[in-house]
Amino acid sequence: MSQQQLQYKTSPYRLLKEKVASTTMLILTLSALLLVVLIAVGLVIKSMPILEEKSLVDLVFGSSWKPMKGEFGFLPFIAGTISVTLVAIVLALPISLLTAIFLTEYSKDWVKKAVFPVLDILAGIPSVIYGLWGVLIIVPWISEKLAPKFVEFSTGYSVLAGGVVLGVMVLPLMVSLFVEIFSSTPAELRQASQSLGATKWQTTKKVMLKHTRAGIFASVMLSISRAMGETIAVLMVCGNIAQMPESLLDGAYPLPALLANNFGEMMSVPIYESALMFAALILFVVVVIFNILSRIILHRLQKNS
Amino acid sequence: MAYNRFKNKYVEEVVAKVLMIAATVALFVFASSIIYTIIANGWNAMSWEMISQLPGGGFYIGKEGGLLNAIVGSMYIVGAATILGLIVSIPVVFYLNVYLNPNSKLGYAARLCFDVLFGIPSIVYGAFAFTIMIYLGAKASLLGGIIVVTLLIIPIFIRSMDEVARSFPRAIVDAAVSLGATKWETIRVVVRQIMPGIATATLLSIGRAIGDAAAVMLTAGYTDSIPTSLSQPAATLPLAVFFQLQSPIPQVQERAYGAALVLTIIVLIISILGRIITNRFSKHRIK
Repeated sequence: MSQQQLQYKTSPYRLLKEKVASTTMLILTLSALLLVVLIAVGLVIKSMPILEEKSLVDLVFGSSWKPMKGEFGFLPFIAGTISVTLVAIVLALPISLLTAIFLTEYSKDWVKKAVFPVLDILAGIPSVIYGLWGVLIIVPWISEKLAPKFVEFSTGYSVLAGGVVLGVMVLPLMVSLFVEIFSSTPAELRQASQSLGATKWQTTKKVMLKHTRAGIFASVMLSISRAMGETIAVLMVCGNIAQMPESLLDGAYPLPALLANNFGEMMSVPIYESALMFAALILFVVVVIFNILSRIILHRLQKNS
Repeated sequence: MAYNRFKNKYVEEVVAKVLMIAATVALFVFASSIIYTIIANGWNAMSWEMISQLPGGGFYIGKEGGLLNAIVGSMYIVGAATILGLIVSIPVVFYLNVYLNPNSKLGYAARLCFDVLFGIPSIVYGAFAFTIMIYLGAKASLLGGIIVVTLLIIPIFIRSMDEVARSFPRAIVDAAVSLGATKWETIRVVVRQIMPGIATATLLSIGRAIGDAAAVMLTAGYTDSIPTSLSQPAATLPLAVFFQLQSPIPQVQERAYGAALVLTIIVLIISILGRIITNRFSKHRIK
């Protein structure tokens, strides 16, 4: 290479390109921070009108929802969200824990090779398909087989239906989180326990589960926040009745369903729009807090191991 | 006493094992039940007409027509969002892994933010985008749908590419820099290294984007025709399932099953492709 060519190659043009590229990338990275803040600020501004009119306590603990009369009690929706999510997690937790233990501690390779694609598929199925499955299978099963044993009549569109559908939906997430956590337990711990005569299950129960409890807690929190925001599938099967659900067979009306169902018509009443944005804000705040906490726990664990 | 305890632990072992196998089998049961239900119900509704025609007059009272509007609408939104998502996320992942030091505070904060963004429900994205659109005076449109879906999938892109990028050997970057490349110029080497990550991330994002209903419901709207400009509303497959299922007319409900089958087939193909690519695409990877 001649002197002239060399000079051309190291010309300021390349350095300029470097500068421009690194600044652009920095801005892109920072805009993630910005977007979180922007969403928060946007939702707060939009829910200000209703917060000025009603106290936070009235909104969150009020149980009367009559938007046309100006009554906005969110309790039925909050209760709906909590109950459906709770049922989902209660159903999904044992199944996913047992599966994850089986995959990491017991199973042979071919089992893993068969299970992971199934988890992929379950994770990939769109929520509307889960909803349709719920409508065609779970809801009729509840109304025809299960409910008659307990109550006189149930349409099947209920907390339980929402919980079952949602439970299946969060399974793949929970299993993969658990598998990741369990496979990071040091082998020495297991060997020590087994060499003292403990069976595999005793080792799992007393050593591994104890060792990974923080990770399990964080994973459950992450799954809860995932489940809480799920919209269409739950909306399709939970009945959408704005009342406090008193049993598993009652209909419920979770917050995301409220948002999805009313967004079109809310335009005419400004305070109604503000109320719906407040619903979005509640979801946002809870999900963000749960996410940050669980991520911090998981990050710490990763660092220590 | 001692004998009892000795015996119990083996009984417990067997019980635990049976429960674990049952739980694992349950996963298969759920997956096959869902897929069987969709296929069994959707099969009758499937025809060439369903995937090649727009809804005709009287489509929603059970007369002729198909789902082409939703199929094309979904393709537009998903295609555009995926391309935009890639354009934004590759540089971010590159920046996080090459420019920033592995222990950098900014890197930690940004990763935490993408995790949070990943966790925000799509309905909240939808609500947020909806208010912005009203503020700007825009109506439900293809553009709105594309933007909100792009926001939805960027965190997925970044998280899954970052996972691969974090484990790639930094020595490669050092080698390139020592040969006189600027940091930016090492992107060619890095991209090749994380290619399998990019490919799986893309498929993951497409899967999530095509299945999303809540956000596009508020931003893209629904229409019977194929949008010809960015400002027109666009139909999407999940909403085709959702809306037609609410109809009291059996023939229309039947079409919801058909739309569900089309959607499921697309998602299954993506999932299988994803597996194949993760296994095969690792050509340029140095471990």
